[in-house]
Amino acid sequence: MARRRTSRDPLGLGRALSGLLLPGLVAAMALLAALALAGAEAAAGLAARWERGAQAAVTVQLFGADAATAEAARTRIAALPGVAQAVVMDPAQVAALLAPWLGEAPALPLPGVIEVRLADGSEPPDQVRARLLVAAPGAEVEAHGPWVRNLATLAASLQAMALALLALVAAVAAAVVAVATRAGLAARRDAIEVLHGLGASDGNIAGRFAMRVAGLAALGALAGTALALPALALLAGLAAPWSGQPAAGLVAVPAGLPWGALAAVPGIAWLLGFLTAQATVRRWLQRLP
Amino acid sequence: MMRFESVGLRYGTSEAPDAVRDLSFALAEGSFTWLTGPSGAGKSSVLRLMSAMLRPTRGEVSVLGVATRRANRAALARLRRRIGVVFQDFRLLPYMSVFDNVALPLRLAGQSEAALRADVTEILRWVGLGAKAIMTPPELSGGEQQRVAIARAVVARPALLVADEPTGNLDAQQARRLLALLAEMNRLGTTVVVATHDEDLVARFPAPRLALAEGRLTTREPLDG
Repeated sequence: MARRRTSRDPLGLGRALSGLLLPGLVAAMALLAALALAGAEAAAGLAARWERGAQAAVTVQLFGADAATAEAARTRIAALPGVAQAVVMDPAQVAALLAPWLGEAPALPLPGVIEVRLADGSEPPDQVRARLLVAAPGAEVEAHGPWVRNLATLAASLQAMALALLALVAAVAAAVVAVATRAGLAARRDAIEVLHGLGASDGNIAGRFAMRVAGLAALGALAGTALALPALALLAGLAAPWSGQPAAGLVAVPAGLPWGALAAVPGIAWLLGFLTAQATVRRWLQRLP
Repeated sequence: MMRFESVGLRYGTSEAPDAVRDLSFALAEGSFTWLTGPSGAGKSSVLRLMSAMLRPTRGEVSVLGVATRRANRAALARLRRRIGVVFQDFRLLPYMSVFDNVALPLRLAGQSEAALRADVTEILRWVGLGAKAIMTPPELSGGEQQRVAIARAVVARPALLVADEPTGNLDAQQARRLLALLAEMNRLGTTVVVATHDEDLVARFPAPRLALAEGRLTTREPLDG
């Protein structure tokens, strides 16, 4: 039994590259990577949603207007070029929105409110306002486009930062793997020289290290990703109202997580470990003829 | 089968003295050769050049048809698989069984487990260690470890066998037994080169000799080739 095990491991890497240090560090990297992935996904979702929202970004308030006047103004606004849609908000809905401030049965006359969706959100707000005032004289026009676009830009920046963080995490993980591989090389220097002397190719020796290191890295990444899941589920649940998802209970599987990318983390860690160890060992072997 | 032409070897920086200087000789296939000289004469360096574990700094070393100075790494690795080496300090892997240590060259050559089992068992019986196959090297005596090293060096039936002070750690009886094993390998067609500073050993088994002093060849007793 013992012989079967060591016969496949002539460099004794099971012991030279063991312990929890490498898997533990890779697990920490994987946890950060999982958080960054989820952050990038969430930011991308918010950016997309807010950018869509930026087009429906103008409200027109008509003070003291009755339903017929409001409908007439809506018809004129809808006929304007560049307007995709114009809808008169239900007065009951407006009353409900204002109830916290004005009470259930306000004595004040409520304005008629028309929600306008523009076909193109890039038109300067002042131009939009001027054209709408021609269609609905005396109205109060409020364009939401600029600040929604600013929010979308913020979300896009957050996404870019998350991706940069992901690249940094990968680089640090590669450095950790390289250091661990060098420690293994130092510990097994004699055995490597014996194998080299017996005619083992560089590929053979590097392959043994790479398989061992890649296995440990994948194991660590699996643990780190699994550790990140509860935190991600909680965050996804909290973010659901803003990302257009129905609020998920904590026990439900949150739909807003990048499941495919998370599932790929251990595989990517395996590949990263394999390639880094191969490069490290092959460079080290250059000292032998 | 082996040819040294004006070979020079220098370790490390250019200020270091040459370990081997202006060495030229040729060894015929199937020959047995002593490599003698005092400590520091360059015997180990010459053996490492012969076994493709070092490339020459100058000149050309040709072993089994491969010029080692310019051969690529893969070609050198293939060449080393055709050479058996016995080190003075054995260089066994202490965490592996005797069987696995001896099987290593065959596994590196890609032989199947079924095929190598018979070869390893036979060679262990030949060196008198058939009963100790599952023990690890630290559990064996010095002489037994030496025989494991011999078994590992010859199990793949190398075309060339080089041994560096193989009797250094052995008593007189074990040394005679080892020499008989090397002579047997030679009789079966293997080219053998043995480095030693033990003149008694050389006297007991007369054969051509390369004598080294300070990295140069001093004597060249009848060498054919």
